[in-house]
Amino acid sequence: MNLESIPLQGFLIVSSILFCIGIWGLLNSRNAVRVLMSIELMLNAVNINLMAFSSYIDNNLIQGQVFTIFVITVAAAEAAVGLAILLSLYRNRVTVDMESFNLLKW
Amino acid sequence: MSIAVTTQIICFSILSLVVIVGALGVILLESIVYSAFLLGGVFMSVAGLYLLLNASFVAAAQVLVYVGAVNVLIIFAIMLVNKKEDLKPIDNIKSRRIISTSICLTLLSLLIRVDFSNVWSVADPNASIGEESTIRIGEHLFSDYLLPFEVASVLLLMAMIGAIVLARRDVMNEDISTGLPVDQELIEKASEPLLIKKN
Repeated sequence: MNLESIPLQGFLIVSSILFCIGIWGLLNSRNAVRVLMSIELMLNAVNINLMAFSSYIDNNLIQGQVFTIFVITVAAAEAAVGLAILLSLYRNRVTVDMESFNLLKW
Repeated sequence: MSIAVTTQIICFSILSLVVIVGALGVILLESIVYSAFLLGGVFMSVAGLYLLLNASFVAAAQVLVYVGAVNVLIIFAIMLVNKKEDLKPIDNIKSRRIISTSICLTLLSLLIRVDFSNVWSVADPNASIGEESTIRIGEHLFSDYLLPFEVASVLLLMAMIGAIVLARRDVMNEDISTGLPVDQELIEKASEPLLIKKN
């Protein structure tokens, strides 16, 4: 399959928009689960970027695809630990409101 | 313009649209359950984008890991913490929204400017290995990326043990700090939270 039809910039713009949506969600969500979802969106944006560069610029060695697999691995580990932390926070605070998690505020 | 090129452009447009609209739905929808299912749709569309980029192995890994594991995990977490609660209003919410939106738009315009102004040294498409990318990934994983590959397995083991330790209830019969009996049922009993807010 030849890739000349879609320019590289198309993939880069989709990933930029996805990353910025993720940051907006991270800053503005009050539900802690939604914050974790926003982090997943940002990781996916980074993955799209890596994959686009590996297919367009490094299309013989495709090191970007190997990197993407490692990012997916770390994202899975991050999701598991993040949701476990969320569960134990919920057990102690009985809420998932981000505004009430202010133990480290002085 | 051949049929294949047109099909590629149509597929790319539809997938990008689904990704962006789905991501907006994930962060903007009121119900967190809808957000979780839309997130699954976004993950599937990203896998479709990977297929457009000739990366069938990574697309399969994306579907297996993200849709099959991460999304299901998020839905389970929503099920466990899904409690209707009235959020306290924040007094300076409007200024927060304005500042965060302007930061995001600035970053977006910066990224798009870099995308268009930079001259990307796109390689010759005829040199692409195309469908043989799975073989090449296997070669990478067992030669020059062998150490990260092994470290990733240790990382996954550590994350698994850490998640179990963090999420389980106490194995002792009574709470250490309060001396009350610890509930071992699946549903939480109403108990005084340990870290209750002072004011």
